[in-house]
Amino acid sequence: MSRVLVGVKRVIDYAVKIRVKPDQSGVVTDGVKHSMNPFCEIAVEEAVKLKEKKFIKEVVAVSCGPSQVTETIRTALAMGCDRGIHVEVSGKDYEAMGPLQISKIFAALAKKEEASLVILGKQAIDDDCNQTGQMTAALLDWPQGTFASEVTIDGETVKVVREIDGGLETIKISMPAVLTADLRLNTPRYATLPNIMKAKKKKIANMKPADLGVDMVSRVEVLRVDEPPTRLAGVKVETVDDLVAKLKANGTI
Amino acid sequence: MASPLIRCFSKVGRQVSRPWSVCQHGLRNRSTQPDMSAEQAAALGVSYPPLQTYSEEEGMMRDAVNKFAQERLAPFVSKMDENSLMDPEVIKSLFEQGLMGIEIDPEYGGTGSTFFSSILVIEELAKVDASVAVLCDIQNTLINTLFTKLGTAAQKERYLSRLSTDMVGSFCLSEAESGSDAFSLKTRADKHGDYYVINGSKMWISNAEQAGVFLVMANVDPSAGHRGITCFIVDRDTEGLQIGKKENKLGLRASSTCPLNLDNIKVPEKNVLGQIGHGYKYAIGMLNEGRIGIAAQMLGLAQGCFDQAVPYTRQRVQFGKRIFDFQAMQHQIAHVATQIEAARLLTYNAARLKEAGRPFIKEACMAKYFTSEVATLTTSKCIEWMGGVGFTKDYPVEKYYRDCKIGTIYEGTTNIQLSTMAKFIDKEYDH
Repeated sequence: MSRVLVGVKRVIDYAVKIRVKPDQSGVVTDGVKHSMNPFCEIAVEEAVKLKEKKFIKEVVAVSCGPSQVTETIRTALAMGCDRGIHVEVSGKDYEAMGPLQISKIFAALAKKEEASLVILGKQAIDDDCNQTGQMTAALLDWPQGTFASEVTIDGETVKVVREIDGGLETIKISMPAVLTADLRLNTPRYATLPNIMKAKKKKIANMKPADLGVDMVSRVEVLRVDEPPTRLAGVKVETVDDLVAKLKANGTI
Repeated sequence: MASPLIRCFSKVGRQVSRPWSVCQHGLRNRSTQPDMSAEQAAALGVSYPPLQTYSEEEGMMRDAVNKFAQERLAPFVSKMDENSLMDPEVIKSLFEQGLMGIEIDPEYGGTGSTFFSSILVIEELAKVDASVAVLCDIQNTLINTLFTKLGTAAQKERYLSRLSTDMVGSFCLSEAESGSDAFSLKTRADKHGDYYVINGSKMWISNAEQAGVFLVMANVDPSAGHRGITCFIVDRDTEGLQIGKKENKLGLRASSTCPLNLDNIKVPEKNVLGQIGHGYKYAIGMLNEGRIGIAAQMLGLAQGCFDQAVPYTRQRVQFGKRIFDFQAMQHQIAHVATQIEAARLLTYNAARLKEAGRPFIKEACMAKYFTSEVATLTTSKCIEWMGGVGFTKDYPVEKYYRDCKIGTIYEGTTNIQLSTMAKFIDKEYDH
């Protein structure tokens, strides 16, 4: 019946204070705590829920990157995914890796694994791109349900309630499709200890982008990374007149 | 004291105005150093990795429990302490997460992991609430171990699967007249055909309010002294078993501590755990391991308290600078951090020694004794560093201070630990 691919990205943990590298080529990642992207956790939870409700048969967790990403795949396995795929990308290719390359990889895997659904987080908290889901759908020419806050499978179609600027939009799309998870889609489960033990036995397959016919060349070059400007201290005034006077003085009004 | 971490993960960044929840938020991901797995260490060609090296499984467990404790347990802590009552939701979630049967075989619904994993779990729980940690510790290091090591197939079948899924256990050794002098216990078990009649009373029994099964140490033959002590499995619904009113304690208030009255209770012969008259050996054996669990609890308590206090010192400004920047504060903080590190190494090493099947009793005593002292020092200092607010119940440090005191008392007082260590040291110089 159905197989779902879920993308999980290893990112700097949300609680870590980010520091820019002295050469301004990027942020410091060495020795910094990493974990699964929170939106990817929500995506995994949704996929596992669908499996528990028996809408789908198998959930495959996929991550692209160096050997460390296997930790992230294991966490997805501990949450209930059946098996994992590690697409090995390292060195310069990994640093330059972006939504375009990832979506090509996912599109190739979706075809190879004959997936009915690809579920991704809506964006990653490190680059905030919000592009991979959309690009993957475009490459596959599949319908997409992005910013999903509710997903219901009904036969061969999926009803998706999307969070948009104006409120909520409900769409019906046919499968196979790409979905991206928004914050309120669900609350990810904690990996229970017995599931962590079971995850040890689940398989993680290794492959390279070349095996999927994907070229990792990036068309984007990062020129410089800067810290945001430090916030200047504010000034307190005693009365409204003082406030008006100050605003006039610095030319604001 | 607004948290500056505004990643769009709303379930953590809430209620900035309440100091308790802000403090809790800071506890996550205290270390920015990723730990090395044993596999990684081996790959680097390091054949004697440092003690803070964990297998992939241990690391994942620790992270999972850390997250669970900070997010799911933290909101209950203050209320449970005030009402002196462990919330049934909390106990249920401990079972659901698989934390109550860490070493139990999956065949019986357990997690099938190792002793060191239990130690890490207890430490992570204690960072948030020492009462929850002790419930988990007693279950894993005392009750489950006794059943696993000594249970007949039938007993294991009957109890292990319950202990890993929904039933709490209690270990009943102490009495009003026998604490440190445990083997002078007076509870008697008289044989009548194929059952025993047990009479006596027990005191200071942890988990008693919630336990479904009690492991009661009673003497079948007082004339044989301690060689008559036998371990009996007593179900909660046994007629004549009365659980008294729980103690109103200084600390560890959410953990129920009750006296027990055994009034002519009938226990079938098949409910003897292990061999008749060997109870004293089992008690000593299990308490040696339980010691390391308590060390882990005190360690987590100290670390959790420290993790609450230091961020405050980095934010509080007096005389134009952070109070952390005053040399006297820095020296105190560094000193306490050193003590905690030393306590951690003692605890982890004792746990690894036990797992390796090497002698570990002296080291376990050292770990328990040292960490309980470190917990006392740490919590006391943390209140001082936080000044007036540290003294109020709005902030969590005063609870850690109250909770730590029991560390030097239960599962072998500090004096008992020191005497035990001295006996070993004496023997070491025998030749």
